[in-house]
Amino acid sequence: MNRIKAIITKEWREVFKNKFVIFTVSFLPIMITALPLLVLYFAGGSDDFSGLSSADLPPQFLPLCGELSGGDCMLYYLVTQFILLFMMVPVIVPMTIASYSIVGEKTTRTLEPLLATPVSTLEILVGKGLAGVIPAVLTTWGGYLIYAVGAHIMVANPAVVSKLFDPLWMIAIFLVGPLLSIMGVSISVMISSRVNDPRVAEQISGIFVLPVVGLFIGQMSGILLINERFILWMAAILAVLDAILFYFAIQVFQRETILSRWK
Amino acid sequence: MIKNEHVIITKNLTRAFGENLAVNQLSLTVDKGEVFGLLGPNGAGKTTTVRMLAALLVPTSGEAWVAGCQAGVDDQGIRQKIGLLPESPGLYDALTAEQNLAFYGEMYGVENKNQQIQRYLELLGLWNRRFEPVGTFSKGMRQKLAIARALLHEPEVLFLDEPTSGLDPQAARLVRDFIAELKEEGRTIILTTHNLEEADRLCDRVAVISGHLLALDSPRELRRKLFGRRVVFHLLEANQRLASELEKFDFVTEAQVVENKILVAVDDPEEQNPRLIRALVESGAEIQFVGELRRRLEDVYLELMGAVKGNQHE
Ligand SMILES: Nc1ncnc2c1ncn2[C@@H]1O[C@H](COP(=O)(O)OP(=O)(O)O)[C@@H](O)[C@H]1O
Ligand SMILES: [Mg+2]
Repeated sequence: MNRIKAIITKEWREVFKNKFVIFTVSFLPIMITALPLLVLYFAGGSDDFSGLSSADLPPQFLPLCGELSGGDCMLYYLVTQFILLFMMVPVIVPMTIASYSIVGEKTTRTLEPLLATPVSTLEILVGKGLAGVIPAVLTTWGGYLIYAVGAHIMVANPAVVSKLFDPLWMIAIFLVGPLLSIMGVSISVMISSRVNDPRVAEQISGIFVLPVVGLFIGQMSGILLINERFILWMAAILAVLDAILFYFAIQVFQRETILSRWK
Repeated sequence: MIKNEHVIITKNLTRAFGENLAVNQLSLTVDKGEVFGLLGPNGAGKTTTVRMLAALLVPTSGEAWVAGCQAGVDDQGIRQKIGLLPESPGLYDALTAEQNLAFYGEMYGVENKNQQIQRYLELLGLWNRRFEPVGTFSKGMRQKLAIARALLHEPEVLFLDEPTSGLDPQAARLVRDFIAELKEEGRTIILTTHNLEEADRLCDRVAVISGHLLALDSPRELRRKLFGRRVVFHLLEANQRLASELEKFDFVTEAQVVENKILVAVDDPEEQNPRLIRALVESGAEIQFVGELRRRLEDVYLELMGAVKGNQHE
Protein backbone atom coordinates (compact mmCIF):
# COMPACT_ATOMS: atom_id res chain seq x y z
CA MET A 1 0.00 0.00 0.00
CA ASN A 2 2.78 2.42 0.95
CA ARG A 3 4.51 1.67 -2.30
CA ILE A 4 1.40 2.39 -4.34
CA LYS A 5 0.85 5.63 -2.45
CA ALA A 6 4.47 6.63 -3.02
CA ILE A 7 4.16 5.88 -6.74
CA ILE A 8 0.98 7.94 -7.07
CA THR A 9 2.54 10.91 -5.29
CA LYS A 10 5.68 10.67 -7.38
CA GLU A 11 3.69 10.49 -10.63
CA TRP A 12 1.73 13.58 -9.73
CA ARG A 13 4.83 15.52 -8.72
CA GLU A 14 6.37 14.70 -12.05
CA VAL A 15 3.53 14.84 -14.49
CA PHE A 16 1.82 17.95 -13.18
CA LYS A 17 5.00 19.89 -13.83
CA ASN A 18 4.16 19.50 -17.49
CA LYS A 19 2.14 22.39 -18.89
CA PHE A 20 0.51 20.28 -21.57
CA VAL A 21 -0.75 17.81 -19.01
CA ILE A 22 -2.12 20.58 -16.81
CA PHE A 23 -3.81 22.09 -19.84
CA THR A 24 -5.50 18.84 -20.87
CA VAL A 25 -6.50 17.88 -17.36
CA SER A 26 -8.07 21.26 -16.62
CA PHE A 27 -9.21 22.65 -19.95
CA LEU A 28 -11.01 19.58 -21.26
CA PRO A 29 -13.31 19.11 -18.25
CA ILE A 30 -14.02 22.85 -18.15
CA MET A 31 -15.00 22.82 -21.83
CA ILE A 32 -17.14 19.75 -21.48
CA THR A 33 -18.93 21.19 -18.46
CA ALA A 34 -19.36 24.65 -19.93
CA LEU A 35 -20.74 23.55 -23.28
CA PRO A 36 -23.95 21.88 -22.03
CA LEU A 37 -24.48 24.65 -19.52
CA LEU A 38 -24.37 27.23 -22.31
CA VAL A 39 -26.85 25.20 -24.34
CA LEU A 40 -29.14 24.90 -21.36
CA TYR A 41 -28.78 28.60 -20.65
CA PHE A 42 -29.96 29.57 -24.11
CA ALA A 43 -32.60 26.84 -24.35
CA GLY A 44 -33.97 27.47 -20.88
CA GLY A 45 -34.10 31.22 -21.46
CA SER A 46 -36.43 30.94 -24.44
CA ASP A 47 -40.09 30.14 -24.27
CA ASP A 48 -40.05 28.12 -27.47
CA PHE A 49 -40.03 24.85 -25.62
CA SER A 50 -43.29 25.34 -23.77
CA GLY A 51 -45.21 25.01 -27.01
CA LEU A 52 -43.52 21.76 -27.90
CA SER A 53 -45.40 18.55 -27.80
CA SER A 54 -44.05 15.10 -27.28
CA ALA A 55 -44.50 14.45 -30.97
CA ASP A 56 -41.43 16.54 -31.78
CA LEU A 57 -39.12 14.25 -29.84
CA PRO A 58 -37.57 10.98 -30.96
CA PRO A 59 -40.28 8.46 -30.10
CA GLN A 60 -37.88 6.13 -28.26
CA PHE A 61 -37.13 8.91 -25.89
CA LEU A 62 -40.65 9.35 -24.60
CA PRO A 63 -40.65 6.51 -22.09
CA LEU A 64 -37.61 8.07 -20.42
CA CYS A 65 -39.49 11.29 -19.83
CA GLY A 66 -42.08 9.64 -17.67
CA GLU A 67 -44.58 12.18 -16.49
CA LEU A 68 -42.67 15.20 -17.85
CA SER A 69 -44.59 17.38 -20.26
CA GLY A 70 -43.52 18.15 -23.83
CA GLY A 71 -41.31 21.18 -23.22
CA ASP A 72 -39.71 19.75 -20.12
CA CYS A 73 -39.22 16.46 -21.84
CA MET A 74 -37.36 18.35 -24.55
CA LEU A 75 -35.16 19.99 -21.94
CA TYR A 76 -34.50 16.66 -20.33
CA TYR A 77 -33.60 15.29 -23.72
CA LEU A 78 -31.10 18.08 -24.17
CA VAL A 79 -29.68 17.58 -20.70
CA THR A 80 -29.23 13.88 -21.35
CA GLN A 81 -27.61 14.41 -24.72
CA PHE A 82 -24.43 15.49 -22.97
CA ILE A 83 -23.95 12.41 -20.90
CA LEU A 84 -21.61 10.90 -23.48
CA LEU A 85 -19.67 14.07 -23.82
CA PHE A 86 -18.94 13.73 -20.13
CA MET A 87 -17.68 10.25 -20.76
CA MET A 88 -14.79 11.66 -22.77
CA VAL A 89 -13.21 13.18 -19.69
CA PRO A 90 -12.46 9.87 -17.95
CA VAL A 91 -10.88 8.49 -21.14
CA ILE A 92 -8.75 11.41 -22.22
CA VAL A 93 -7.47 12.65 -18.86
CA PRO A 94 -5.85 9.39 -17.72
CA MET A 95 -4.51 8.76 -21.22
CA THR A 96 -2.67 12.07 -21.12
CA ILE A 97 -1.29 11.47 -17.66
CA ALA A 98 -0.27 7.86 -18.34
CA SER A 99 1.32 8.66 -21.70
CA TYR A 100 3.45 11.39 -20.19
CA SER A 101 4.36 9.38 -17.13
CA ILE A 102 5.36 6.22 -18.98
CA VAL A 103 7.03 7.70 -22.06
CA GLY A 104 8.68 10.16 -19.68
CA GLU A 105 10.15 7.34 -17.60
CA LYS A 106 11.36 5.72 -20.77
CA THR A 107 13.15 8.72 -22.22
CA THR A 108 14.75 9.65 -18.89
CA ARG A 109 15.59 5.98 -18.23
CA THR A 110 14.11 6.03 -14.75
CA LEU A 111 12.42 2.65 -15.09
CA GLU A 112 15.51 0.49 -14.69
CA PRO A 113 16.40 1.51 -11.13
CA LEU A 114 12.72 1.25 -10.21
CA LEU A 115 12.51 -2.25 -11.65
CA ALA A 116 15.61 -3.19 -9.68
CA THR A 117 13.66 -2.67 -6.44
CA PRO A 118 11.38 -5.32 -4.96
CA VAL A 119 8.29 -3.43 -6.14
CA SER A 120 5.96 -5.71 -8.09
CA THR A 121 4.72 -5.09 -11.61
CA LEU A 122 1.19 -5.00 -10.25
CA GLU A 123 2.10 -2.35 -7.68
CA ILE A 124 3.77 -0.18 -10.32
CA LEU A 125 0.82 -0.46 -12.67
CA VAL A 126 -1.81 0.07 -10.01
CA GLY A 127 0.14 3.11 -8.78
CA LYS A 128 0.60 4.55 -12.24
CA GLY A 129 -2.95 3.65 -13.16
CA LEU A 130 -4.45 5.31 -10.11
CA ALA A 131 -2.29 8.38 -10.75
CA GLY A 132 -4.29 8.74 -13.97
CA VAL A 133 -7.63 7.33 -12.87
CA ILE A 134 -8.02 9.44 -9.71
CA PRO A 135 -7.73 12.87 -11.40
CA ALA A 136 -9.88 11.57 -14.25
CA VAL A 137 -12.66 10.39 -11.99
CA LEU A 138 -12.44 13.48 -9.80
CA THR A 139 -12.67 15.85 -12.76
CA THR A 140 -15.56 13.85 -14.18
CA TRP A 141 -17.40 14.00 -10.88
CA GLY A 142 -16.51 17.65 -10.37
CA GLY A 143 -17.73 18.51 -13.87
CA TYR A 144 -20.91 16.56 -13.29
CA LEU A 145 -21.51 18.34 -9.99
CA ILE A 146 -21.05 21.75 -11.62
CA TYR A 147 -23.33 20.69 -14.44
CA ALA A 148 -26.01 19.52 -12.00
CA VAL A 149 -25.82 22.71 -9.97
CA GLY A 150 -25.86 24.82 -13.14
CA ALA A 151 -28.84 22.92 -14.51
CA HIS A 152 -30.61 23.43 -11.20
CA ILE A 153 -30.12 27.17 -11.50
CA MET A 154 -31.07 27.44 -15.16
CA VAL A 155 -33.89 24.97 -15.55
CA ALA A 156 -37.11 25.96 -13.81
CA ASN A 157 -38.77 22.56 -13.49
CA PRO A 158 -37.21 20.63 -10.61
CA ALA A 159 -38.51 17.42 -12.13
CA VAL A 160 -36.12 17.91 -15.07
CA VAL A 161 -33.21 18.61 -12.78
CA SER A 162 -33.92 15.63 -10.59
CA LYS A 163 -33.63 13.48 -13.72
CA LEU A 164 -29.92 14.31 -13.61
CA PHE A 165 -29.72 12.16 -10.52
CA ASP A 166 -31.57 9.18 -11.90
CA PRO A 167 -29.87 5.77 -12.23
CA LEU A 168 -28.90 6.41 -15.84
CA TRP A 169 -26.65 9.28 -14.85
CA MET A 170 -25.48 7.65 -11.68
CA ILE A 171 -24.34 4.53 -13.52
CA ALA A 172 -22.72 6.63 -16.24
CA ILE A 173 -20.82 8.91 -13.90
CA PHE A 174 -19.97 6.58 -11.06
CA LEU A 175 -19.48 3.27 -12.88
CA VAL A 176 -18.87 3.80 -16.58
CA GLY A 177 -16.62 6.80 -15.91
CA PRO A 178 -14.08 4.92 -13.75
CA LEU A 179 -14.25 1.89 -16.06
CA LEU A 180 -13.46 4.10 -19.03
CA SER A 181 -10.52 5.65 -17.23
CA ILE A 182 -9.06 2.20 -16.48
CA MET A 183 -9.40 1.44 -20.18
CA GLY A 184 -7.62 4.69 -21.03
CA VAL A 185 -4.70 3.89 -18.73
CA SER A 186 -4.28 0.31 -19.94
CA ILE A 187 -4.28 1.36 -23.57
CA SER A 188 -1.75 4.10 -22.85
CA VAL A 189 0.59 1.66 -21.11
CA MET A 190 0.66 -0.59 -24.16
CA ILE A 191 1.11 2.22 -26.65
CA SER A 192 3.70 4.00 -24.53
CA SER A 193 5.87 0.88 -24.60
CA ARG A 194 6.29 1.32 -28.34
CA VAL A 195 6.69 5.05 -28.89
CA ASN A 196 9.13 7.62 -27.59
CA ASP A 197 7.09 10.78 -27.80
CA PRO A 198 4.31 11.28 -25.25
CA ARG A 199 2.29 13.33 -27.72
CA VAL A 200 2.34 10.47 -30.22
CA ALA A 201 1.31 8.06 -27.48
CA GLU A 202 -1.51 10.37 -26.55
CA GLN A 203 -2.69 10.76 -30.12
CA ILE A 204 -2.66 7.04 -30.85
CA SER A 205 -4.47 6.46 -27.57
CA GLY A 206 -6.89 9.15 -28.66
CA ILE A 207 -8.06 6.93 -31.51
CA PHE A 208 -9.74 4.87 -28.83
CA VAL A 209 -11.85 7.86 -27.87
CA LEU A 210 -13.47 7.68 -31.29
CA PRO A 211 -16.01 4.99 -30.32
CA VAL A 212 -17.26 7.29 -27.58
CA VAL A 213 -17.50 10.16 -30.05
CA GLY A 214 -19.29 7.78 -32.43
CA LEU A 215 -21.82 6.94 -29.75
CA PHE A 216 -22.31 10.63 -29.12
CA ILE A 217 -23.01 11.36 -32.76
CA GLY A 218 -25.27 8.33 -33.01
CA GLN A 219 -27.21 9.55 -30.05
CA MET A 220 -27.42 13.14 -31.32
CA SER A 221 -28.78 11.97 -34.63
CA GLY A 222 -31.37 9.84 -32.91
CA ILE A 223 -30.04 6.51 -34.22
CA LEU A 224 -28.95 5.50 -30.75
CA LEU A 225 -30.87 5.84 -27.57
CA ILE A 226 -28.87 6.14 -24.42
CA ASN A 227 -31.01 4.59 -21.75
CA GLU A 228 -30.36 2.64 -18.60
CA ARG A 229 -30.12 -0.68 -20.35
CA PHE A 230 -27.66 0.70 -22.87
CA ILE A 231 -25.46 2.20 -20.21
CA LEU A 232 -25.52 -1.00 -18.17
CA TRP A 233 -24.45 -2.98 -21.19
CA MET A 234 -21.71 -0.48 -21.75
CA ALA A 235 -20.54 -0.94 -18.16
CA ALA A 236 -20.55 -4.72 -18.47
CA ILE A 237 -18.62 -4.70 -21.74
CA LEU A 238 -16.15 -2.21 -20.35
CA ALA A 239 -15.57 -4.29 -17.24
CA VAL A 240 -14.61 -7.29 -19.37
CA LEU A 241 -12.56 -5.14 -21.72
CA ASP A 242 -10.73 -3.55 -18.78
CA ALA A 243 -9.82 -6.95 -17.36
CA ILE A 244 -8.38 -8.03 -20.72
CA LEU A 245 -6.56 -4.76 -21.37
CA PHE A 246 -5.11 -4.60 -17.86
CA TYR A 247 -3.87 -8.15 -18.23
CA PHE A 248 -1.97 -7.19 -21.38
CA ALA A 249 -0.70 -4.02 -19.74
CA ILE A 250 0.83 -6.16 -16.99
CA GLN A 251 2.52 -8.37 -19.57
CA VAL A 252 3.92 -5.32 -21.33
CA PHE A 253 5.20 -4.05 -17.99
CA GLN A 254 7.19 -7.13 -16.99
CA ARG A 255 10.83 -6.33 -16.24
CA GLU A 256 12.09 -8.68 -18.94
CA THR A 257 9.72 -7.17 -21.52
CA ILE A 258 10.63 -3.59 -20.70
CA LEU A 259 14.39 -4.15 -20.77
CA SER A 260 14.54 -6.41 -23.80
CA ARG A 261 11.65 -5.39 -26.03
CA TRP A 262 10.59 -1.82 -25.32
CA LYS A 263 11.58 0.46 -28.15
CA MET B 1 20.33 -23.31 -2.11
CA ILE B 2 22.39 -21.14 0.20
CA LYS B 3 26.05 -20.68 -0.56
CA ASN B 4 27.71 -18.85 2.26
CA GLU B 5 31.25 -18.64 1.03
CA HIS B 6 30.47 -16.69 -2.14
CA VAL B 7 28.14 -13.75 -2.48
CA ILE B 8 27.81 -14.34 -6.20
CA ILE B 9 28.15 -17.53 -8.15
CA THR B 10 27.46 -17.87 -11.84
CA LYS B 11 27.59 -21.13 -13.74
CA ASN B 12 27.64 -20.98 -17.52
CA LEU B 13 25.46 -17.92 -17.31
CA THR B 14 24.25 -17.11 -20.82
CA ARG B 15 21.96 -14.52 -22.33
CA ALA B 16 21.02 -14.28 -25.99
CA PHE B 17 19.13 -11.51 -27.74
CA GLY B 18 17.87 -13.29 -30.82
CA GLU B 19 20.98 -14.68 -32.49
CA ASN B 20 23.30 -12.41 -30.55
CA LEU B 21 24.98 -14.04 -27.54
CA ALA B 22 25.43 -11.04 -25.29
CA VAL B 23 26.79 -13.13 -22.41
CA ASN B 24 28.25 -16.51 -23.20
CA GLN B 25 28.82 -19.26 -20.62
CA LEU B 26 30.06 -16.97 -17.89
CA SER B 27 31.25 -18.79 -14.77
CA LEU B 28 32.70 -16.90 -11.85
CA THR B 29 32.42 -16.32 -8.13
CA VAL B 30 32.62 -13.17 -6.05
CA ASP B 31 33.51 -13.25 -2.37
CA LYS B 32 32.09 -11.22 0.44
CA GLY B 33 33.80 -7.88 0.84
CA GLU B 34 35.36 -8.07 -2.57
CA VAL B 35 35.32 -5.32 -5.15
CA PHE B 36 34.96 -7.24 -8.36
CA GLY B 37 35.45 -5.64 -11.76
CA LEU B 38 33.76 -6.59 -15.00
CA LEU B 39 36.01 -5.17 -17.65
CA GLY B 40 35.25 -5.11 -21.34
CA PRO B 41 34.61 -2.79 -24.27
CA ASN B 42 31.17 -1.56 -25.30
CA GLY B 43 28.91 -4.45 -26.17
CA ALA B 44 30.96 -6.94 -24.15
CA GLY B 45 27.91 -7.94 -22.14
CA LYS B 46 28.74 -6.14 -18.89
CA THR B 47 25.36 -4.51 -18.53
CA THR B 48 23.55 -7.68 -19.55
CA THR B 49 25.48 -9.61 -16.90
CA VAL B 50 24.63 -7.05 -14.24
CA ARG B 51 20.98 -7.06 -15.28
CA MET B 52 20.80 -10.83 -15.00
CA LEU B 53 22.41 -10.72 -11.56
CA ALA B 54 20.00 -7.95 -10.54
CA ALA B 55 17.00 -10.11 -11.53
CA LEU B 56 16.06 -7.71 -14.31
CA LEU B 57 16.74 -10.00 -17.26
CA VAL B 58 16.10 -13.72 -17.32
CA PRO B 59 19.15 -15.83 -18.25
CA THR B 60 18.76 -17.84 -21.44
CA SER B 61 20.67 -20.66 -19.81
CA GLY B 62 23.03 -21.27 -16.94
CA GLU B 63 22.57 -20.37 -13.30
CA ALA B 64 23.32 -17.52 -10.95
CA TRP B 65 23.11 -17.11 -7.19
CA VAL B 66 23.19 -13.69 -5.63
CA ALA B 67 23.31 -13.27 -1.85
CA GLY B 68 21.99 -16.79 -1.44
CA CYS B 69 19.07 -16.38 -3.84
CA GLN B 70 18.94 -18.06 -7.21
CA ALA B 71 18.14 -15.88 -10.19
CA GLY B 72 14.86 -16.87 -11.78
CA VAL B 73 13.81 -18.68 -8.61
CA ASP B 74 13.88 -16.05 -5.87
CA ASP B 75 14.06 -12.82 -7.82
CA GLN B 76 12.28 -10.82 -5.14
CA GLY B 77 14.89 -11.99 -2.65
CA ILE B 78 17.66 -10.79 -4.95
CA ARG B 79 16.03 -7.41 -5.48
CA GLN B 80 15.71 -6.88 -1.74
CA LYS B 81 19.38 -7.71 -1.16
CA ILE B 82 21.11 -5.78 -3.90
CA GLY B 83 21.57 -2.16 -4.83
CA LEU B 84 21.96 -1.09 -8.44
CA LEU B 85 23.43 1.95 -10.09
CA PRO B 86 22.36 1.50 -13.72
CA GLU B 87 24.26 2.81 -16.70
CA SER B 88 22.23 5.99 -16.65
CA PRO B 89 21.36 7.31 -13.18
CA GLY B 90 17.63 7.52 -13.92
CA LEU B 91 16.65 10.05 -11.28
CA TYR B 92 13.38 11.95 -11.30
CA ASP B 93 14.37 15.44 -12.42
CA ALA B 94 11.21 17.14 -11.20
CA LEU B 95 11.66 15.72 -7.72
CA THR B 96 14.12 17.03 -5.16
CA ALA B 97 17.10 14.98 -4.04
CA GLU B 98 15.29 14.17 -0.83
CA GLN B 99 12.08 13.18 -2.61
CA ASN B 100 14.00 10.91 -4.97
CA LEU B 101 15.55 9.05 -2.05
CA ALA B 102 12.31 9.00 -0.05
CA PHE B 103 10.55 7.38 -2.98
CA TYR B 104 13.16 4.65 -3.18
CA GLY B 105 13.17 4.26 0.59
CA GLU B 106 9.50 3.39 0.22
CA MET B 107 10.13 0.99 -2.66
CA TYR B 108 12.71 -0.90 -0.60
CA GLY B 109 10.64 -0.67 2.56
CA VAL B 110 13.51 0.97 4.48
CA GLU B 111 12.43 1.31 8.09
CA ASN B 112 14.64 4.14 9.30
CA LYS B 113 14.18 5.91 6.00
CA ASN B 114 14.80 9.46 7.15
CA GLN B 115 18.01 8.66 9.01
CA GLN B 116 19.30 6.71 6.06
CA ILE B 117 18.51 9.55 3.66
CA GLN B 118 20.24 12.06 5.91
CA ARG B 119 23.22 9.76 6.41
CA TYR B 120 23.91 9.31 2.71
CA LEU B 121 23.10 12.85 1.65
CA GLU B 122 25.58 14.11 4.24
CA LEU B 123 28.15 11.53 3.30
CA LEU B 124 27.97 12.63 -0.32
CA GLY B 125 27.87 16.34 0.41
CA LEU B 126 24.35 16.78 -0.93
CA TRP B 127 22.55 17.46 2.35
CA ASN B 128 22.43 21.23 1.82
CA ARG B 129 20.87 20.77 -1.56
CA ARG B 130 18.30 18.19 -0.56
CA PHE B 131 15.34 20.46 -1.34
CA GLU B 132 16.52 21.32 -4.84
CA PRO B 133 15.09 19.54 -7.87
CA VAL B 134 17.52 17.00 -9.28
CA GLY B 135 17.09 18.60 -12.70
CA THR B 136 19.38 21.39 -11.52
CA PHE B 137 22.17 19.01 -10.45
CA SER B 138 25.46 18.47 -12.26
CA LYS B 139 26.24 15.06 -13.72
CA GLY B 140 28.58 14.23 -10.87
CA MET B 141 25.99 15.15 -8.24
CA ARG B 142 23.39 13.02 -9.97
CA GLN B 143 25.72 10.09 -10.06
CA LYS B 144 26.41 10.43 -6.37
CA LEU B 145 22.72 10.71 -5.58
CA ALA B 146 22.05 7.62 -7.66
CA ILE B 147 24.70 5.75 -5.68
CA ALA B 148 23.08 6.94 -2.44
CA ARG B 149 19.78 5.62 -3.77
CA ALA B 150 21.37 2.21 -4.30
CA LEU B 151 22.70 2.18 -0.72
CA LEU B 152 19.62 3.32 1.23
CA HIS B 153 18.54 -0.19 2.17
CA GLU B 154 22.12 -1.28 3.01
CA PRO B 155 22.29 -3.96 0.31
CA GLU B 156 24.53 -7.01 0.63
CA VAL B 157 25.84 -6.48 -2.88
CA LEU B 158 26.19 -3.22 -4.75
CA PHE B 159 26.23 -3.19 -8.55
CA LEU B 160 27.77 -0.16 -10.19
CA ASP B 161 27.42 -0.13 -13.96
CA GLU B 162 30.05 2.18 -15.43
CA PRO B 163 29.87 4.58 -12.48
CA THR B 164 32.29 7.11 -13.94
CA SER B 165 31.61 7.00 -17.65
CA GLY B 166 30.40 10.28 -19.08
CA LEU B 167 31.63 12.26 -16.08
CA ASP B 168 34.25 14.98 -16.34
CA PRO B 169 37.59 13.99 -14.79
CA GLN B 170 36.94 15.87 -11.57
CA ALA B 171 33.50 14.35 -11.02
CA ALA B 172 34.86 10.94 -11.98
CA ARG B 173 37.51 11.31 -9.31
CA LEU B 174 34.93 12.21 -6.66
CA VAL B 175 32.88 9.16 -7.55
CA ARG B 176 35.97 6.95 -7.57
CA ASP B 177 37.00 8.27 -4.18
CA PHE B 178 33.57 7.45 -2.82
CA ILE B 179 33.72 3.93 -4.20
CA ALA B 180 37.12 3.58 -2.56
CA GLU B 181 35.48 4.59 0.75
CA LEU B 182 32.77 1.98 0.26
CA LYS B 183 35.51 -0.54 -0.38
CA GLU B 184 37.16 0.42 2.89
CA GLU B 185 33.88 -0.29 4.68
CA GLY B 186 34.13 -3.83 3.39
CA ARG B 187 31.18 -3.76 1.04
CA THR B 188 30.79 -6.25 -1.75
CA ILE B 189 30.77 -4.35 -5.01
CA ILE B 190 30.47 -5.43 -8.63
CA LEU B 191 31.82 -2.69 -10.80
CA THR B 192 31.68 -2.64 -14.57
CA THR B 193 34.01 -0.44 -16.49
CA HIS B 194 35.87 -0.15 -19.74
CA ASN B 195 38.47 1.91 -17.96
CA LEU B 196 41.46 -0.14 -16.97
CA GLU B 197 42.94 2.43 -14.61
CA GLU B 198 39.69 2.47 -12.71
CA ALA B 199 39.62 -1.29 -12.42
CA ASP B 200 43.26 -1.15 -11.42
CA ARG B 201 42.67 1.30 -8.63
CA LEU B 202 39.41 -0.03 -7.21
CA CYS B 203 39.10 -3.73 -7.86
CA ASP B 204 40.48 -6.70 -5.95
CA ARG B 205 39.85 -8.93 -8.93
CA VAL B 206 38.83 -8.27 -12.49
CA ALA B 207 37.04 -10.42 -15.03
CA VAL B 208 37.81 -9.39 -18.59
CA ILE B 209 34.84 -10.30 -20.70
CA SER B 210 33.84 -10.06 -24.30
CA GLY B 211 30.69 -12.11 -24.39
CA HIS B 212 32.59 -14.90 -22.69
CA LEU B 213 35.19 -14.77 -19.94
CA LEU B 214 38.67 -13.96 -21.28
CA ALA B 215 40.62 -13.67 -18.08
CA LEU B 216 40.05 -13.40 -14.35
CA ASP B 217 42.67 -12.24 -11.90
CA SER B 218 43.89 -9.39 -9.76
CA PRO B 219 44.52 -6.23 -11.80
CA ARG B 220 48.24 -6.49 -11.22
CA GLU B 221 48.48 -10.06 -12.43
CA LEU B 222 46.22 -9.33 -15.34
CA ARG B 223 48.27 -6.43 -16.46
CA ARG B 224 51.39 -8.49 -16.31
CA LYS B 225 49.88 -11.47 -18.06
CA LEU B 226 47.81 -9.66 -20.60
CA PHE B 227 49.66 -6.55 -21.39
CA GLY B 228 53.23 -6.99 -20.19
CA ARG B 229 55.42 -3.87 -20.06
CA ARG B 230 57.53 -2.31 -22.70
CA VAL B 231 60.98 -0.86 -22.41
CA VAL B 232 62.35 1.39 -25.08
CA PHE B 233 66.08 1.54 -25.83
CA HIS B 234 67.23 4.57 -27.79
CA LEU B 235 70.39 3.60 -29.65
CA LEU B 236 72.75 5.50 -31.87
CA GLU B 237 71.81 2.96 -34.47
CA ALA B 238 69.26 0.20 -34.05
CA ASN B 239 69.04 -2.91 -36.19
CA GLN B 240 67.37 -6.28 -36.38
CA ARG B 241 70.51 -8.12 -35.29
CA LEU B 242 70.42 -6.35 -31.91
CA ALA B 243 66.73 -7.08 -31.55
CA SER B 244 67.36 -10.76 -32.22
CA GLU B 245 70.07 -10.69 -29.57
CA LEU B 246 67.46 -9.49 -27.02
CA GLU B 247 64.88 -12.04 -28.10
CA LYS B 248 67.25 -14.76 -26.98
CA PHE B 249 66.19 -14.03 -23.39
CA ASP B 250 63.14 -16.11 -22.59
CA PHE B 251 61.53 -13.31 -20.55
CA VAL B 252 61.49 -11.14 -23.68
CA THR B 253 58.31 -11.84 -25.59
CA GLU B 254 58.98 -9.37 -28.35
CA ALA B 255 61.69 -7.00 -29.54
CA GLN B 256 60.82 -4.62 -32.29
CA VAL B 257 62.96 -2.13 -34.22
CA VAL B 258 61.41 1.26 -34.81
CA GLU B 259 63.77 3.87 -36.33
CA ASN B 260 66.70 4.10 -33.92
CA LYS B 261 64.77 2.48 -31.07
CA ILE B 262 64.20 -1.06 -29.95
CA LEU B 263 60.91 -1.70 -28.16
CA VAL B 264 61.12 -4.68 -25.86
CA ALA B 265 58.21 -6.40 -24.14
CA VAL B 266 59.22 -7.73 -20.73
CA ASP B 267 57.29 -8.49 -17.58
CA ASP B 268 59.64 -7.21 -14.92
CA PRO B 269 61.79 -4.35 -16.23
CA GLU B 270 63.29 -3.46 -12.84
CA GLU B 271 64.77 -6.93 -12.66
CA GLN B 272 65.48 -7.56 -16.31
CA ASN B 273 66.67 -4.24 -17.75
CA PRO B 274 70.25 -4.49 -16.43
CA ARG B 275 70.70 -7.81 -18.19
CA LEU B 276 69.27 -6.41 -21.42
CA ILE B 277 71.53 -3.38 -21.23
CA ARG B 278 74.57 -5.56 -20.66
CA ALA B 279 73.66 -7.76 -23.61
CA LEU B 280 73.16 -4.74 -25.86
CA VAL B 281 76.49 -3.24 -24.88
CA GLU B 282 78.24 -6.54 -25.39
CA SER B 283 76.72 -6.73 -28.88
CA GLY B 284 78.21 -3.35 -29.68
CA ALA B 285 75.16 -1.14 -29.30
CA GLU B 286 75.59 2.45 -28.17
CA ILE B 287 72.77 3.24 -25.76
CA GLN B 288 71.59 6.83 -25.51
CA PHE B 289 68.50 6.51 -23.27
CA VAL B 290 66.48 3.76 -21.65
CA GLY B 291 62.87 4.32 -20.69
CA GLU B 292 59.58 2.63 -20.13
CA LEU B 293 57.11 2.99 -22.94
CA ARG B 294 54.02 4.37 -21.35
CA ARG B 295 51.28 3.56 -23.75
CA ARG B 296 47.95 4.23 -22.16
CA LEU B 297 46.92 0.96 -20.68
CA GLU B 298 43.46 1.51 -21.95
CA ASP B 299 44.64 1.76 -25.56
CA VAL B 300 46.62 -1.40 -25.31
CA TYR B 301 43.68 -3.14 -23.81
CA LEU B 302 41.21 -1.89 -26.40
CA GLU B 303 43.57 -3.05 -29.12
CA LEU B 304 43.68 -6.41 -27.49
CA MET B 305 39.93 -6.57 -27.25
CA GLY B 306 39.70 -5.58 -30.89
CA ALA B 307 41.92 -8.49 -31.81
CA VAL B 308 39.77 -10.84 -29.77
CA LYS B 309 36.60 -9.59 -31.42
CA GLY B 310 38.15 -9.88 -34.84
CA ASN B 311 39.14 -13.49 -34.25
CA GLN B 312 35.73 -14.37 -32.94
CA HIS B 313 34.05 -13.19 -36.06
CA GLU B 314 36.30 -15.18 -38.37
N1 LIG C 1 17.71 -5.17 -24.85
C1 LIG C 1 18.52 -5.64 -25.80
N2 LIG C 1 18.04 -6.11 -26.97
C2 LIG C 1 18.85 -6.59 -27.91
N3 LIG C 1 20.20 -6.65 -27.80
C3 LIG C 1 20.76 -6.20 -26.67
C4 LIG C 1 19.96 -5.66 -25.62
N4 LIG C 1 20.79 -5.29 -24.61
C5 LIG C 1 22.03 -5.58 -25.03
N5 LIG C 1 22.03 -6.12 -26.25
C6 LIG C 1 23.21 -6.57 -27.02
O1 LIG C 1 23.97 -7.39 -26.18
C7 LIG C 1 25.36 -7.11 -26.31
C8 LIG C 1 25.92 -6.73 -24.96
O2 LIG C 1 25.41 -5.49 -24.56
P1 LIG C 1 25.68 -4.86 -23.15
O3 LIG C 1 25.44 -5.89 -22.12
O4 LIG C 1 24.92 -3.61 -23.05
O5 LIG C 1 27.24 -4.56 -23.22
P2 LIG C 1 28.13 -3.57 -22.36
O6 LIG C 1 27.36 -3.16 -21.16
O7 LIG C 1 29.35 -4.37 -22.04
O8 LIG C 1 28.46 -2.41 -23.24
C9 LIG C 1 25.47 -6.01 -27.35
O9 LIG C 1 25.73 -6.62 -28.58
C10 LIG C 1 24.10 -5.40 -27.37
O10 LIG C 1 23.80 -4.90 -28.64
MG1 LIG D 1 26.96 -1.33 -20.51
